[in-house]
Amino acid sequence: MSEYRLEMRGVVKTFPGVKALDHAQLNLRPGTVHALMGENGAGKSTLMKCMFGIYHMDQGEVIYEGEKVQIKGPLDALNRGIAMVHQELQPIPERSIGENIYVGRYPTRRLGPIVTIDHEKMYTDAAAVLKEVHLNFDPRAKLGSLSVSQMQLVEIAKAVSADCKVLILDEPTSSLTAAEVEALFTIVNELRAKGVSIVYISHKMDEILRISDEVTIMRDGQYIGTWDAKGLTTDFIITKMVGRELSNLFPKRENVPGEVVFEVEDFTSINPKSFRHASFSVRKGEILGVAGLVGAQRTELMEGLFGLRSHTAGKITYQGKDLKINQPKDAINSGIAMLTEDRRATGILGVLSIADNVSIASLNQYLIGGIMLDDGKIERLVQENVAKLSIKTPSSKTQIQSLSGGNQQKVLISRWLANDPDIFILDEPTRGIDVGAKYEIYCIIAELAKQGKSIIMISSEMSELIGMSDRIMVMCDGRVTGFIDGQEANQENIMALATQFE
Amino acid sequence: MGETKGKTLNSKSAVKFVSDHAIIFLIILLAIITWANSQNFLSADNVGNLISNVAPRFIIACGVSGCLITKGTDLSAGRQVGLAACFAAMMQQTLDYSARVFDWMPDMHWVFALLITVAIMACFGAVNGCVIAFLKVPPFIATLGMQTLVYGICQIITGNQPIGGFKESYRALASGNFFSSVLGRYSRLLPYLLLPALLVGLFMWFLYNKTRHGKYMYAIGGNENAAQVAGVNVPATLIRIYILASVMYALAGFLIGSKAGGASTATGTGYELEAIAACTIGGVSVNGGVGKVSGILIGVLVFEVLKICLQFLRFDPAYTFIAQGLVIIVAVALDLRKYLAKK
Repeated sequence: MSEYRLEMRGVVKTFPGVKALDHAQLNLRPGTVHALMGENGAGKSTLMKCMFGIYHMDQGEVIYEGEKVQIKGPLDALNRGIAMVHQELQPIPERSIGENIYVGRYPTRRLGPIVTIDHEKMYTDAAAVLKEVHLNFDPRAKLGSLSVSQMQLVEIAKAVSADCKVLILDEPTSSLTAAEVEALFTIVNELRAKGVSIVYISHKMDEILRISDEVTIMRDGQYIGTWDAKGLTTDFIITKMVGRELSNLFPKRENVPGEVVFEVEDFTSINPKSFRHASFSVRKGEILGVAGLVGAQRTELMEGLFGLRSHTAGKITYQGKDLKINQPKDAINSGIAMLTEDRRATGILGVLSIADNVSIASLNQYLIGGIMLDDGKIERLVQENVAKLSIKTPSSKTQIQSLSGGNQQKVLISRWLANDPDIFILDEPTRGIDVGAKYEIYCIIAELAKQGKSIIMISSEMSELIGMSDRIMVMCDGRVTGFIDGQEANQENIMALATQFE
Repeated sequence: MGETKGKTLNSKSAVKFVSDHAIIFLIILLAIITWANSQNFLSADNVGNLISNVAPRFIIACGVSGCLITKGTDLSAGRQVGLAACFAAMMQQTLDYSARVFDWMPDMHWVFALLITVAIMACFGAVNGCVIAFLKVPPFIATLGMQTLVYGICQIITGNQPIGGFKESYRALASGNFFSSVLGRYSRLLPYLLLPALLVGLFMWFLYNKTRHGKYMYAIGGNENAAQVAGVNVPATLIRIYILASVMYALAGFLIGSKAGGASTATGTGYELEAIAACTIGGVSVNGGVGKVSGILIGVLVFEVLKICLQFLRFDPAYTFIAQGLVIIVAVALDLRKYLAKK
């Protein structure tokens, strides 16, 4: 028996037009936490999907417990003791927690020739598994009654229930609160002590350095190297991930906040659990960061201001004028733009061209005779933005879904720039964007502020908030709990306000 | 189709092009086989007949295409065509016809009959649109209900009796040909019906490519939530789409009544499926956001060629239905396969 529980060697996987994996490898020791790192698109998830049998690799081999194996599919992987918690959850909210844990492998019982599901056993087992991961849920409750982060923990319980030897966690903490992350780490440590090999994919450096024993870094589908986690530094990891030195994480900001232009008073949602009595103001040319834990209702508040969610009370004023905003159109006409959190769900028009995506919010500007669109004018607008924001695209006719996350984000920024808004709400503007492109987005944000635009930026990355904001507004559980000057902000004082529960 | 434009013509992309348009190639093949079997296939009469059949169906397909592009559908299309035909028919019966539906109906120029039909049908479209946009009823269910509802209305107003005895001026609209005195037999290739179809085609092309409404429609089909965030008035756009669809059915029904020389509750039965199939064959994706007017024309053409070929090859009409049904399913399956491959 070799020293590794599982080895992947020379894995090649090609998708139409992309070589997603190019001789990637991974060596997992028993009883260790192995961090897998790389920029978005580096091939981490693809490699894991090959291990879990969702994808079939074009080349390469998997050696599991000293034997060469072929994993035919997820069920095969589970039977061999390989379990995976996916980045994107696939919950069945209308069914019970127990059913969600055992879906596809229900315990059965025979009634003569008829096979039925043994609900009794399923719920007893589910309760035991939930207890094992320190969750105190009724397995008969609907999964949909849980919060997103609780569902994620159930997903981990599901993996544990498979009695696995290898557990893949693909960005498990992306929607967890700090306390839940601690709970997860406890579970991970217990599993490690039991000898389980854990593959841990995450972008959060502090987590990686804390929990992992070894770190493998990938870039452009290739294996870069494996290091002992002890003694690794954030800078070293980033350099290896990006493949070049990043001298500055954030650009120098030259914006000068001016007078207060945008004011929100006592803004309250129709949903009593959502944002309430929120009051804040933004200055001309100011970058206001918005911090908070998952569930702090930051997105909800901003979507409320943009007319995507309803409010019962509250006053919005821009330059002393009252704004009535009931739908996005109202907000847009008042000079507000919003880059939503989930680019794919509420941002890009996937199958449409770059030109259509850029122009859709400002079509009124390109009319000839009030009816016909001036394609030439639209094309000039697109080319201008492609050059100004250095959007990498073959042409303006390219479908936006074929661009990388960073370029998609730039297209969406162009969409709003066309309207020349005064207030820019950015919800997680760099989520799912790789390190290099992040810097470009920061530069754009800094430039907009310098031009006198007011920026409201929600972010879950502390470093981003601290590095980019003139002022940080902190929210907790639907309330604004305080403001911190950008110069004085640090992880501690932000967290203190972010955890100020009533 | 211009999708191959700009791509290098290697064998792989050629294979992909053929498999993406498998149905079109199969039916062209079928047409060649039919032609080899019967020289009459390409006669002026037959081709003229094909054009006359394509024209109203293209108008219906144009109507339903907006619904499909926004990820909806309109299953009430066929019944609405039938109801429109009946309305038009009632207004265009000769005054001395014994079985006039409405004795009190004055003599009416066909232009007024058309306008009244369009106005009435637009109301049905508005109902469809409002139910879908405001009540959020899935288009499949909303228009399925409308289909049955319209059928009932049609039975009531016609008293379940076929309507005939049209004025010559109305009949001539769909049966006449341009330049018949000059071209003789070959004028069959230029039926009057070509003109409305051509105008509708040009209008739809302009609407889809050169107006805000068109862009909003594609945006909603591409991603409704994102379109809303971008400030698109989604309900208004959807309602416009369903009204326009019904206007197209009204026009088609008006022409079909004239062409058939009569109208009844059975007029238009099943046209919705033909139209949806034609759109899908022509590249309007059921996943939304994609579809061109030129593609719709090709789709309708291909579907009608299929029907005529099977007729020429003397298949029992029952088999024709089986072939049409299969083509619809295969066309959607191929469309979805294109989408799945991209994942």
